[in-house]
Amino acid sequence: MSDVGSAAGATAAPVIELQGVHKWYGEFHVLRDINLQVRKGEKVVVCGPSGSGKSTMIRCINRLEEHQRGRIVVAGIELTSDLKNIEAIRREVGMVFQQFNLFPHLTVLQNLTLAPIWVRKLPKKEAEETARYYLERVRIPDQADKYPGQLSGGQQQRVAIARSLCMKPEIMLFDEPTSALDPEMIKEVLDVMTGLAEEGMTMVCVTHEMGFARTVADMMVFMDRGEIIERAPPRDFFSNPQSDRTRTFLSQILAH
Amino acid sequence: MTDIARQVPAAAQAPPPRPTGAIGWLRANLFNSVFNAVLTVAALALIGLAVPPLIRWALIDAIWSAPNGQACHGGGACWAFIGAKFRFILFGRYPIEEQWRPAAVIIVFIAMIAAACVRRLWGRRLAAIWFVGLSAVFLLMAGGLPGLPRVETALWSGLPLTLILAVIGMLLGFPLGVLLALGRRSQLPAVRAICIGYIELVRGVPLITVLFMASLMLPLFLPSGVTIDKLLRAQIAFILFAAAYLAEVVRGGLQAIPKGQVEAADALGLSYLQRTRLIVLPQALALVIPPLVNTFISMFKDTSLVIIVSLFDLLGATEFALTDSNWQGFSVEADVFIAMIYWSFCFFMSRYSQLLEREFNRDRRR
Repeated sequence: MSDVGSAAGATAAPVIELQGVHKWYGEFHVLRDINLQVRKGEKVVVCGPSGSGKSTMIRCINRLEEHQRGRIVVAGIELTSDLKNIEAIRREVGMVFQQFNLFPHLTVLQNLTLAPIWVRKLPKKEAEETARYYLERVRIPDQADKYPGQLSGGQQQRVAIARSLCMKPEIMLFDEPTSALDPEMIKEVLDVMTGLAEEGMTMVCVTHEMGFARTVADMMVFMDRGEIIERAPPRDFFSNPQSDRTRTFLSQILAH
Repeated sequence: MTDIARQVPAAAQAPPPRPTGAIGWLRANLFNSVFNAVLTVAALALIGLAVPPLIRWALIDAIWSAPNGQACHGGGACWAFIGAKFRFILFGRYPIEEQWRPAAVIIVFIAMIAAACVRRLWGRRLAAIWFVGLSAVFLLMAGGLPGLPRVETALWSGLPLTLILAVIGMLLGFPLGVLLALGRRSQLPAVRAICIGYIELVRGVPLITVLFMASLMLPLFLPSGVTIDKLLRAQIAFILFAAAYLAEVVRGGLQAIPKGQVEAADALGLSYLQRTRLIVLPQALALVIPPLVNTFISMFKDTSLVIIVSLFDLLGATEFALTDSNWQGFSVEADVFIAMIYWSFCFFMSRYSQLLEREFNRDRRR
């Protein structure tokens, strides 16, 4: 199967490359021979039934999970057990979690400035300016001094996106960013993500929001039982899925 | 019944009235059921029986001054004993003409504690104040300067000794405990094994035996001529003991931190040290303030065990004061007096922990 890149990014070199990646949890084979290339500016949406290994795969990209076989190269750096490489990759890769994972003991502004100050070594003032800029971008400029617990789920997730953006990452990973949200808050988060996509951010999103996938994705990836079953541009993926498993999955999530 | 959607929002209404006034309060809190009414009456009867005799003993029949113990035996408390002995109780065997020094030490300690209550000073300034304060404490107690004759540590006693053992024990035991707790959760098997071994060993033996071994057995292993100060040995035993207990309290807090916090910190590129210092520990410690203070309070009172190696802390000095043949039989008065001293420090710690909880759990208030 050839990797189909977007028209815009087809010529660019891949910024994420997974080659023959395998992973086991004990005896359980969660990732089986994963091959994936993501080029600069490309948006990849990963979907599949629960337990199919989607989250595990994107968590391997910034080494929240360790792969046991194969090669992962991110932003030109190969992921090995070398802590220096891991930290270097994490500086360039932002991640947004299903459960937001904001730091509850810090204010919104402190959440946003923490990593720029301690990891990027920015002066506090500069970090705060950047933080306020991104709070504006995610449309909650007036919540800077609140604690995460005082915000709604949608606001918390937007703060979490802003927190990642403050590190000026090359790549953003989204691990089911809207799955823990009340329905009326999903849109505000997806709007922010769409805006980000329009600006050319390289994105890998695990999500079940197929409307979002249709408008934003350059490539759809379907996973089941630890394997990539199918990958295709969204138009082909939704209108003409090749595999039975993809068809079943799509009929289940699009039917209701 | 119609299926008409409401077009006008319902107006907010005041809540139903709550019982007010003294009668309302009594009815709601003390007499709200037959069982509670019986309990209330029984408790009042008990108070009525116990309190008047206590007041009579402690105040009305009490003897406030007397030349010696014989003249002091009446129906009530002999506070004259405290008057005659309070210097010894507070300062013990410290040379009498130099006792302004331990008195000053007590004042320095209280000033340091007061400074810790001022929110504005927290951080480097408080650390500086405590550094200066502790240096002053040791200078005053030990002396060795012109005008301040040297006083050997074997003579340090009473309240200053209690405060030194407790404060230094907490101050050094706490960081050591945090390290042990982190080590016990380390990925490195050797580090983890050492920390578990240490904690389980030290927690499993009585403090008295550790103090005993430190002061009687340790000298047997040291080459002749080399001695370690007895107070220092007791202090070290104390720190090591405190660390093991505090480690388990801190570990409880560490376990309560969701994995997502660590992952978020990792994903942002924070190193282990940064993540631990900035994300994990602040949250973990804020969660365990009540059990931490519990441990501190019990450590404060455990300092009295140093009497086993003939160091005379507050309780030890009091016991010693009771052996005076001129003043026999006043242990109740003496115990009430030092219980009040212990109680005021422990009660302070308890209040202080509430201040800390308010301060560090701001994010969890609505």
